[in-house]
Amino acid sequence: MVENRKTSAILTHVVLIAGIVFLCFPVWVALVASTHPGEALTKSPIPMWFGDHAVENYRQLLIEGVPAAGGVPLSTMMFNSLVMAIGITFGKIAISLISAFAIVYFRFPFRMTCFWLIFVTLMLPVEVRILPTYDVVASLGMLNSYTGLIIPLIASATATFLFRQFFLTIPDELVEAARIDGAGPIRFFIDILLPLSRTNIAALFIILFIFGWNQYLWPFLITTDQDLYTIVMGIQRMVNVGEGIPIWNFTMGTAILAMIPPVLVVLVMQRLFVKGLVESEK
Amino acid sequence: MQKRVVFRHKWLPYALVAPQIAITLIFFIWPAYQALETSFFLEDVFGFNRTFVWLENFTRLFNDPGYLRSFWTTLIFGLSVTFMSMSMALALAVAANRVIHGKTGYRTFLIWPYAVAPALAGVLWFFMMNPSLGIVAYMLEGTFGVDWNHYVNGNQALLMVIVAAAWKQISYNFLFFLAGLQSIPKSLIEAAAIDGASPARRFWSIVFPLLSPTTFFLLVVNLVYAFFDTFAIIHATTSGGPADATSILVYKVYSTGFVGQDYGSSAAQSVILMGLVVAMTFVQFRFIERKVQY
Repeated sequence: MVENRKTSAILTHVVLIAGIVFLCFPVWVALVASTHPGEALTKSPIPMWFGDHAVENYRQLLIEGVPAAGGVPLSTMMFNSLVMAIGITFGKIAISLISAFAIVYFRFPFRMTCFWLIFVTLMLPVEVRILPTYDVVASLGMLNSYTGLIIPLIASATATFLFRQFFLTIPDELVEAARIDGAGPIRFFIDILLPLSRTNIAALFIILFIFGWNQYLWPFLITTDQDLYTIVMGIQRMVNVGEGIPIWNFTMGTAILAMIPPVLVVLVMQRLFVKGLVESEK
Repeated sequence: MQKRVVFRHKWLPYALVAPQIAITLIFFIWPAYQALETSFFLEDVFGFNRTFVWLENFTRLFNDPGYLRSFWTTLIFGLSVTFMSMSMALALAVAANRVIHGKTGYRTFLIWPYAVAPALAGVLWFFMMNPSLGIVAYMLEGTFGVDWNHYVNGNQALLMVIVAAAWKQISYNFLFFLAGLQSIPKSLIEAAAIDGASPARRFWSIVFPLLSPTTFFLLVVNLVYAFFDTFAIIHATTSGGPADATSILVYKVYSTGFVGQDYGSSAAQSVILMGLVVAMTFVQFRFIERKVQY
């Protein structure tokens, strides 16, 4: 403003670059480690530049898996993660859209009860009710299945509130016009409300996809069948193999593969991501 | 706020809310009720018999030095993660808000860690700080002569999970602080500059107070994140060790229930945690509605 701009401008860039280095350094180290043979990572200091084993390492990870950690190919795990993430995302968006529609556009007994019930889910994260939820899923015979991975996680207070807020901003005249033209509630929902909600749905999609992909505790609890492991949860087995066997190159390769899909989604759809994040939280 | 114009239908609204309500009742309310009920019982090892013991599970917990220690660990962990990630994010947001050229480029590089799973953040730092291989452990030893070994040293293990948890959360805080900064009218800051206020003065007397709604919101969100969403970081790296040094409350619920098979105690811990979330959600909604403002 009124001060010497040059020093403050330099300071600004220094702060930003330091921040970026702090955020990127761990991933750099992991990326480099994943391109070396296991033996290169047995003594300190470890290499800071790429090795020549990238193709071999990633091929083994994706096709054969790491024998010391169960030997499940990561392509299987990534497929499971994808199914779970997409299932959770679509499930959450679908049931939140219709329940927000019911709560905003209808008057019915127990409307507020429903609203509060949905609100309560905000206060009951899986982490605090691990055992009883596991029991419920077990007694429904949903252990070791995609339905067990997906269904219990698709209730969403956040998404319902977001759609409710958005529906409340839609002018009443639209409903009146639709009614004069003889459209019923379902018609109105499909032809008017859904197209108007497109941007909100897309923004929410990104946030929920990341949420679904990054699930850890839930898949860890309910899958004992190796073929249903998800990648974010599967990495835990490699970390715990022990100090004796040098598989850090594979562990870091797994970490890289596990973070690529959600990070790509954020980077490619940055504008929508920021919108979704800021709006779904406020 | 309500709609003036609504549709009329006998059963349709119920059918529309049914899926969400069914999932809520089966997978949220019922387990929560189960936890509440189990917390008043003592179960034998085989699960055949259980006796109603009133509040014994709770009194046992609060007389257990291990559990009380876990409370402290959680508090230290939560406050450190919150302070570290929020202060770094604020510095970055202030800097990013001043940049004229290359704003989007910087933002791109600063927001991606949001998408990294907590478990992976934990594993990355676990590798960086590995006593025999980790590059950070190597540098600490070389420059400061610190003998880093989080397998034995509890404080170092706690510091490691704090850094990993804070690292992951910086981008989130950064985005909200940046949005908050952008909504502050430029004219206010210009007026202060004309009156001769230094940049530091302008920040602390104008920008920071005007940011308080964002800061408060982030404070609650970060504490909730540190208390509940960091289970994966602990579980994938330290497993609560060494000697329970990183055993935060959510990890303890899991280890008591699944590893220790003490269902009554685990349920009682669940109930205590639910109370904590309810309180935090209440605070969040109450104050967000009112908007903290000077």
